[in-house]
Amino acid sequence: MTLVDAARSQTEMTNQDGEVIIRVRDLVVGFGEKLVMNRLNLDVYRGEVLGFVGGSGQGKSVLTRAILGLVPIRAGSIEIFGQNRNALDPAHRRALEQRWGVLFQNGALFSGLTVKQNIQMPMREMRQISQKLMDELAMLKIELVGLSIDAADKFPSELSGGMVKRAALARALALDPELLFLDEPTSGLDPIGAAEFDELISTLQHSLGLTVFMVTHDLDSLYSICDRVAALADGKVIAQGPLKNLLESPHPWLKAYFHGVRGGRLTSTFGDYRNS
Amino acid sequence: MSAESLQYPPEVSLAGVGRMSLSGDWTLAASRLLEINAQKIVEHGSHATSLIIDLQAVSHLDTAGAWVINRAQRELTQARISVALERIRPEYEAMLREAAYRDFHPPPRHRSPLIFDLLVDLGASVVGAFHDFYRGVAFLGEFVSTLAYVAANPKHFRFTALVSHIESIGLRSAPIIILINILVGAIVAQQGIFQLERFGASSLAVDLIGILVLRELGVLLTSIMIAGRSGSAITAEIGSMKMREEIDALRVMGLSANEVLIAPRVLALVCALPILTFIADMSALLGGMVVAWGYGDISPVAFLSLLKAAIAFRTFAVGLIKAPFMALVIGLIAAMDGLATEGSAESLGRQVTSSVVKSIFMVIVLDGLFAMFFAAINY
Repeated sequence: MTLVDAARSQTEMTNQDGEVIIRVRDLVVGFGEKLVMNRLNLDVYRGEVLGFVGGSGQGKSVLTRAILGLVPIRAGSIEIFGQNRNALDPAHRRALEQRWGVLFQNGALFSGLTVKQNIQMPMREMRQISQKLMDELAMLKIELVGLSIDAADKFPSELSGGMVKRAALARALALDPELLFLDEPTSGLDPIGAAEFDELISTLQHSLGLTVFMVTHDLDSLYSICDRVAALADGKVIAQGPLKNLLESPHPWLKAYFHGVRGGRLTSTFGDYRNS
Repeated sequence: MSAESLQYPPEVSLAGVGRMSLSGDWTLAASRLLEINAQKIVEHGSHATSLIIDLQAVSHLDTAGAWVINRAQRELTQARISVALERIRPEYEAMLREAAYRDFHPPPRHRSPLIFDLLVDLGASVVGAFHDFYRGVAFLGEFVSTLAYVAANPKHFRFTALVSHIESIGLRSAPIIILINILVGAIVAQQGIFQLERFGASSLAVDLIGILVLRELGVLLTSIMIAGRSGSAITAEIGSMKMREEIDALRVMGLSANEVLIAPRVLALVCALPILTFIADMSALLGGMVVAWGYGDISPVAFLSLLKAAIAFRTFAVGLIKAPFMALVIGLIAAMDGLATEGSAESLGRQVTSSVVKSIFMVIVLDGLFAMFFAAINY
């Protein structure tokens, strides 16, 4: 008990020191009669990787889309970098939107453009820089995400699933954002590809100083790269904190999630790893 | 955020010979200023024999900033000037390492003379046209064999799908078909009366309307309208199914796209188009009759008796016989182009355009062939 509590108070202290990048308060989102988010609260701190878990259909994607401004909210507030997106005038809103990058679940690459053009799209629209620098930066981003240079001139339909994810990540990084949203980044990848992708996100997060908000179902990602985990159920964040706190949570859904058939296998190895 | 509104623009300041310090935000948000300042490093640095760049005052650095600094360093090094970066903040060291300069060799692009490209395009499109024709005939064969299979196994026939497609293709197009045909009938009547009045033969306008509308215009306008309205819809539906691998899903279930998707649509077209043609004929005659009454003082009773004298049943039949063939051409072209869709949204757009253009063209060609055929058999 003492160990856990000590760890908890310690993380809470460091978290309180950190700057809050995303602050969600009393968020209510609904479609018709159904409330998907019911007075939801969430904090994301600068420089952390927050893993966001929840059952299918519980509204993980809805929350992400609400934070991004793609879904209208009924009540509550969402502050990103201390600014309430919905209260901003269009110019400031655009400026705010340029400080984040989004990796959609299926990549959402523009199918009519090559990988290089996809990456250059935000640069071309938002910045005035020479074509030469744009080419070089696009190539740099392509290398950063671990694609080969000859992928630059390929169209999205010519890429494999893993390459699409990497190309989409390169596009999300095009404007060097401070905040990165990842919607199930490792879904549809084989375990080796998924592990590589986790590694990649972790490396980039450290070298580029990113804050990462990651919706995921991948328990491996949670164990390997997330600093904190938040769990969503019944329209609320039922728990947030370091993974080990969640593992010991008595909440039935979390128990089923982490100690069920699949989760249990990984959790036990995680426990061994911690004890050793 | 424009470069001008930046709070701390990137700056280069000289601190004695062979020493300069950078300050401000060296980020992509600086846009042009980033490149201008990187150029300054190179310009100032090229006077010295060795250069120390002090990075302590850099308030922000991203990969773009790191890249231009690395690139400037590289350019100076190539000019045999030794460059050292100093007092780098620890958090930026990783960034500078990630964005280390490297030569990207873009694959060389082959540029051939314009005339050569044009000739290649021309050749490719001629070959493509033959290829299309060949594929079209093959597809027709496939379609007929599907029909034969369905005829032999009637329980495989998708009657519900057929009815629903007849509704969307036939019933839902009826209002627009009626509208344009009333207008065209009226215009033909007005022009006929106006031009023939000079010869005192304005009553012949009724012959003009009757023959022109029933033999040619009714079926032609209907076919063109349906090619634009329903042909495009069929291509888009089948094309997006192809993109989402739905066609492949059918195939691996042992079902053929021809049987499940294409046969009901094409058959619906073949059923709907003659009915629509009949509606079009009647609407155009109505439009003509109204204008003849109001503009040419030909009463409806007179109009009908003149019409009866001018046309025979076969005038009407000629138009109607053509309709199912037009429907077949529209349906097959639409389905074929839908199946030829590739992965991208652009490809879907291209296929829908090509489907509409090709089917309107083929409808007109077919109408011409029918005109020659009916003339030859004196029908």
